[in-house]
Amino acid sequence: MKIKLTVNKKAHEVQIDPGEMLLDVLRRLGYKSVRRSCDSASCGNCTVLLEGKPILSCITFAASVDNCSIETVEGLSEKEELHPIQEAILETGGSQCGYCISGLTLTIKSFLAENPDPDDEEIKKALVGNLCRCTGYESQIKAVKLAAKKLRGEKR
Amino acid sequence: MSERKKFNYVNKNEIKVDGPSILKGKPVYTDDFDFPGALHVVLVRSTYPHARIKSIDKEKALKVPGVVEILTYEDVPQKIFTKAGQGYPEPSPYDSFILSKKVRYVGDPVAIVAAETVNAARIAASKVNVEYEKLEPVLDFKKATKDGAPVIHDEEGTKDIYDPSRNIASHYEMEVGNTDEVMEKCDYVVEKTYHINTQLHAMMEPHVSISYYDANGRLVVITSTQVPFHTRRILSMIFDIPIRKIRVIKPRIGGGFGGKQAVHVEPYVIAVTLKTGRPARMIFERPEVSMATNIRHEMEFKATVGASKDGTIKALSLDGLSNTGAYGEHALTVFMVAGSKTLPLYNKVEAVRFRGDVVYTNLPPAGAYRGYGAPQGLFALDCVIDELAHELEADPLELKRKNAIKEGETSPIFKIMGEGTEGVEQIVRSCKLDECIEKGKKIIKWDEKINHKKEPGKKVRGVGCALAMQGSGIAKVDMGAASVKVNEDGSVNLHLGATDLGTGSDTIMAQIVAETLDIPVEKVIVYSSDTDMTPFDVGAYASSTTYVSGNAVKNAAEKLKNRIKEKAAHYLNTDVDNIEVKNQHALNKENGEKISFSDLFTKLFYTFEQEQLMASASYVGNESPPPYLATFAEVEVDLETGKVDVLKIVSVADCGMPINPIQARGQLEGATMQGLGWALYEDVKYDGRGRMLTNDFFTYKIPSRMDYVNMECYLVDSYEPSGPFGAKSIAEIGIDTPVPAIANAIYNATGIRLREAPFSSEKLLMEILKNEI
Repeated sequence: MKIKLTVNKKAHEVQIDPGEMLLDVLRRLGYKSVRRSCDSASCGNCTVLLEGKPILSCITFAASVDNCSIETVEGLSEKEELHPIQEAILETGGSQCGYCISGLTLTIKSFLAENPDPDDEEIKKALVGNLCRCTGYESQIKAVKLAAKKLRGEKR
Repeated sequence: MSERKKFNYVNKNEIKVDGPSILKGKPVYTDDFDFPGALHVVLVRSTYPHARIKSIDKEKALKVPGVVEILTYEDVPQKIFTKAGQGYPEPSPYDSFILSKKVRYVGDPVAIVAAETVNAARIAASKVNVEYEKLEPVLDFKKATKDGAPVIHDEEGTKDIYDPSRNIASHYEMEVGNTDEVMEKCDYVVEKTYHINTQLHAMMEPHVSISYYDANGRLVVITSTQVPFHTRRILSMIFDIPIRKIRVIKPRIGGGFGGKQAVHVEPYVIAVTLKTGRPARMIFERPEVSMATNIRHEMEFKATVGASKDGTIKALSLDGLSNTGAYGEHALTVFMVAGSKTLPLYNKVEAVRFRGDVVYTNLPPAGAYRGYGAPQGLFALDCVIDELAHELEADPLELKRKNAIKEGETSPIFKIMGEGTEGVEQIVRSCKLDECIEKGKKIIKWDEKINHKKEPGKKVRGVGCALAMQGSGIAKVDMGAASVKVNEDGSVNLHLGATDLGTGSDTIMAQIVAETLDIPVEKVIVYSSDTDMTPFDVGAYASSTTYVSGNAVKNAAEKLKNRIKEKAAHYLNTDVDNIEVKNQHALNKENGEKISFSDLFTKLFYTFEQEQLMASASYVGNESPPPYLATFAEVEVDLETGKVDVLKIVSVADCGMPINPIQARGQLEGATMQGLGWALYEDVKYDGRGRMLTNDFFTYKIPSRMDYVNMECYLVDSYEPSGPFGAKSIAEIGIDTPVPAIANAIYNATGIRLREAPFSSEKLLMEILKNEI
């Protein structure tokens, strides 16, 4: 079957197997930022934004998002400039191996759009679905706070 | 301390050199590389823990549309080897085949299926019909050596298995003085047995490899590995392909923690490429990562400590048993590290003993895992000393501190125990353990909390501490090399074998070059871990990279600096001694004349004494300076449920001079959290047939953000004279302490001593009920 998909504002018409997952389709289209880790909806590494909201692409049937708009990390950095969230993650050491970072970045983006000035507890709750084995989370919590500041236009 | 100075690029929080590409989601990990026409590989795995293969029927599977090739033990070389990636000759027994006629754990590879799509390969794999002759398995490591126990490695041709007939993969024993005699004379002797379960690495990127022939017919392997050069050597040996015809490339790696210090994937994709001539790729599914790669060695130690009334520890003994599972990857060395990286901490003893067996079972093979045996050994050692403190009615922190090693001291164990071989004598040149203790105890408020009166109520609180040491590479074994060359714009290429698996080593190596040559970090272009393009390095393990590879990089950069000075002296018509290298210039100190690097390097290419300036260096440590760590935990125990909440965990480390403080602290934070998970809820369970039940993130619980506790990690001011710019290691040590520190805190809170880790609520509640607390 064929579906229409808008990824990072770019329109795609793509032939898929009816049982194919969005994760596989996006990676096949070249959006390699969408990472495969658990493949069973338990780690958050494959998170993408569907109409601005985070979803797990490993358990989302591609067929179910026909005519929908998807955002991946590739769409975040315009003209190769880093997005403030990405800057914040780098500056706080929030990315070690970096494998979880695409999913985390998108979840942060959606979260900060709703809550531009979160406290620690709100951050932990909002990002609970994004596992990281490297950092122990400390630096990533700092990253979200710094990103929020940057997005609010405040200096560090 | 005379070498200390103010640094320009070292000891600075430079952002990671690979950070921007990763953050932008560029295709940088192995699975991101597209190879048109690549075959997808899936393994058929054993469903029995111990069985002989009677027959394999491929017929139905071969009929699945898209299936190209199915290989069994009859189709691949039967060369015995070890999957462990370590110094050669490896101290691990040779006891593995690519595919064997016998399977030894649930998950052992039986057949390789290659197909045009991953789905076709999976469907076909499920249709391969294997007939087994079931054998009785060994599922309890304490029963592995019993008379009449089934023999797991009865195959021909194994090498360096200590006693295959009794399932003993490796054995080690050492003694300084006469431990039993000294114990007898001690005022206090405490002897207890501690058991600690295995742990899963649970790195986010699954094991993944791609193999293909390049245009010149050489075999290229892109792989998620910690050990690219060992991988090339092993592949050359098992497939009988000359080293010169193999290239191993390590791209960005999504975490390893020791789990990628072995060849788990590479042989299987290569077998397909060799057979079909086509590119082949495989990424493990999460359950395969969990149950069919390596796990941590489960261990049990009988720990004995003898002391005099005044709290001087006179004798120590660790008598252990380690479970290496079906194969002996890292069996001997991990076990030795349980002693060699723990016992020297208490160096004032008159006698010390370490001994035990590493045994085979029909469970997933254990291997390298962050800490490499030290956390298992330290759980027993630290807790038994904590128990001694209780007997002596002493403050456990003060007892440990009083007996711990100090700067300028040594331990005979450094010389006796290496990894697989003898070790190396060394004097501890940097040890700021006291500073670590002072800082940590203030933050946790140790003095007011350790003896506090218990409040009546359903919830009780307590504090615990643990001290640790590790090493920095394997002295006189681990070698790392680097080369540097200059470009016209004043930039420098750094090529090195060291393997950045997410730790940030590429970044700190760039900082070391930048500091040596006084050029900005962005002018250092790092390329690492490609067996064709970079010099040799053993890889990322044994906390070696900062110290061993870092010293190689520093030496190469120093050599290059001398060449730059030489050429600048010619150009500026002066003596080389008058030349100083400063801020991307070579400067005549006498008259202030100078030439910029970009000018000089351009002239050297085209018009002046034409030469490509470059330099290389190799480094092998003459010693392995230990980092040190003091960890404090405060817990709250719910007496009605046994639930343990870690209210705060504080880890303060001496890692020498951190090259990049944020990255170094990140290693400590990550390791602390990984240790905390292991202490409380990361618990591997098997069914009655040895099948791992906890093989995904639903059943094997790693810490999530909601489990994040109040964690504070610090690095104290320290400088290791033999390290590059004063640096020692930091990546492993953080995982050594959370388990004993939390055990000690639970004891302080409840009076219950848990000697079986992890400390689940169920376990603790049973003890609470038994003891009527």
